[in-house]
Amino acid sequence: MADSNKKLVLDPLIDNNPITLQVLGVCSALAVTSSLKVALVMAIAVTLVTAFSSFFISLIRNSIPSSIRIIVQMVIIASLVILVDQMLKAYAFEVSKTLSVFVGLIITNCIVMGRAEAFAMQNPPVASFVDGIGNGLGYGLVLLLVGIVRELFGSGKLFGFEILPTVSNGGWYVPNGLLLLPPSAFFVIGMLIWAFRTWKPKQVEPADFKIVVQSEGH
Amino acid sequence: MGLRKYLDNITPHFEKGGKYEKYYTMFEMVETLLYTRKQVTQAAPHARDYIDLKRVMTYVVLATIPCIIMALYNTGLQTNQAIQLVGAENASGWRVWMLTLLHIPFNPNNIFANLIHGAFYFFPIYIVTLAAGGIFEVIFATVRKHDVNEGFLVTSMLYSLIMPASTPLWQVALGIIFGVVIGKEVFGGTGKNFLNPALVGRAFLYFAYPANMSGDSVWVAVNGYSGATALSISAQDGHQALAAANVSWMDAFVGTIQGSLGETSVIACMLGLCFLLYTRIANWRLIVGCLGGMIIFSSLFNLIGSTSNPMFAMPWYWHLVLGGYAFGLVFMVTEPVTAAMTNPGRYIYGALIGFMVVMIRVVNPAFPEGMMLAILFSNIFAPLIDYFVVQANIKRRARKHV
Repeated sequence: MADSNKKLVLDPLIDNNPITLQVLGVCSALAVTSSLKVALVMAIAVTLVTAFSSFFISLIRNSIPSSIRIIVQMVIIASLVILVDQMLKAYAFEVSKTLSVFVGLIITNCIVMGRAEAFAMQNPPVASFVDGIGNGLGYGLVLLLVGIVRELFGSGKLFGFEILPTVSNGGWYVPNGLLLLPPSAFFVIGMLIWAFRTWKPKQVEPADFKIVVQSEGH
Repeated sequence: MGLRKYLDNITPHFEKGGKYEKYYTMFEMVETLLYTRKQVTQAAPHARDYIDLKRVMTYVVLATIPCIIMALYNTGLQTNQAIQLVGAENASGWRVWMLTLLHIPFNPNNIFANLIHGAFYFFPIYIVTLAAGGIFEVIFATVRKHDVNEGFLVTSMLYSLIMPASTPLWQVALGIIFGVVIGKEVFGGTGKNFLNPALVGRAFLYFAYPANMSGDSVWVAVNGYSGATALSISAQDGHQALAAANVSWMDAFVGTIQGSLGETSVIACMLGLCFLLYTRIANWRLIVGCLGGMIIFSSLFNLIGSTSNPMFAMPWYWHLVLGGYAFGLVFMVTEPVTAAMTNPGRYIYGALIGFMVVMIRVVNPAFPEGMMLAILFSNIFAPLIDYFVVQANIKRRARKHV
């Protein structure tokens, strides 16, 4: 049991990462990664929601009628998201303002729904909870990596502390404005996927087609 | 033929099993630049032509020569004019130091002085582009075992010509690396890129370092001098205001106006275009489509008119000579890899660019110039356009044979 729990937590970090392998939850990863602090809060929020929603869904999995299961799952997830949203507003108002709609949009995050549907509906509560933690951490890992690149090179800071002194503050670093725009996360996530798949060639998808090479002698 | 013999002698070292097997791509690059490839097609169809990919690419580089000369002359001219305005004692930097050392005057009426001063701006940018982009090109070619081809010569030349003269060299390097890697190599190299790599690099810099890429002070690298481009003057006060800023239509046509290094001169672009059309490297349908789209759409805006936006009134012959329209039309719209491949598709693709460039210039308040974004936008649509053209053809033929 302990072994399988460990696997449930560690697998989604690299080997079966929800963002880089399954390419889920990319929308929020684009939106909240321009500063590391916001990315961290978002990662924690998604981890908690995924873990607890999987846990509760798994608890009642045998009594959910199959035809309305998505609605039931949504109700549970939405309640948890509202809880998170209210907590953020109460204790971290500044961050919740920056996150704005993206906390509410955790409800539609494919990772939460995906784990509920694919794992929690077939597995016991504790395993589902651990699986939710693992996937949340996998999501968080990517968010933090992207956040580090974007905040460090986009504004020369990490967690708001100046690392690379910028020209406007009398330093030498010219901030890269593109990294503060959401589309830049596409490039960063793409390169991250590239790096992961170079490291673990097993993750490379089979080619859709092959270019025929004419028999040219060299 | 000593060189040929020498190459033949060292060839075995670079082939499989040879001492320098790893460096085959580099050897191949040098060999095929000097001589026509020895390998022939072995499977059908047997195309027989001396113009292969390498020659196509070198022809495009040849076609940019008028633009390069104008880039040297105009950059020097603009800088010397600015120096005259702010006073030679205020000018500084290594270029000024070198020119003083060589006893070359800062005289805008001296053609030779302008060319040399411009060369001090253009060649550092070009050399950095070649070195930085070339290193990444060779790395990818070596690791992925594909040939280094002359496509990069085109990319680097076009990229250098669309830089503002004052761009810091490290930004030049960063942009071309981004263009080569993200714009081309991640998709598999030359021929498989769906975006123009030179424009990808330029767009990267445009969004990453807007302060160095746009605005009034980037076109002439003289402290204390700022000159708006003709397009941003027009966006503010309409094209009638250009006369007050001493820009006549003829100036814009010849290219003695503010702008990126090599994009200002329509005459130089037209010379390049003639060469490209004569050698059939540029497809005339793309040109017709792009001109048509621009002329029709800007005329439509002239008809609609606007009281608050002076750009509505700009006639098509001004759109043609200002900004990067002519340069983009000749060297970027006609790029065969990223354009549409079917003949009807080429008209549509060209027209889409013509439409978008007018749209961005006139309606979008954030960007005075739109050629770069219009071409990148249409690049993305090119495969879709081809798809619909092919499908339409299939349907038409199916109806014929019920």
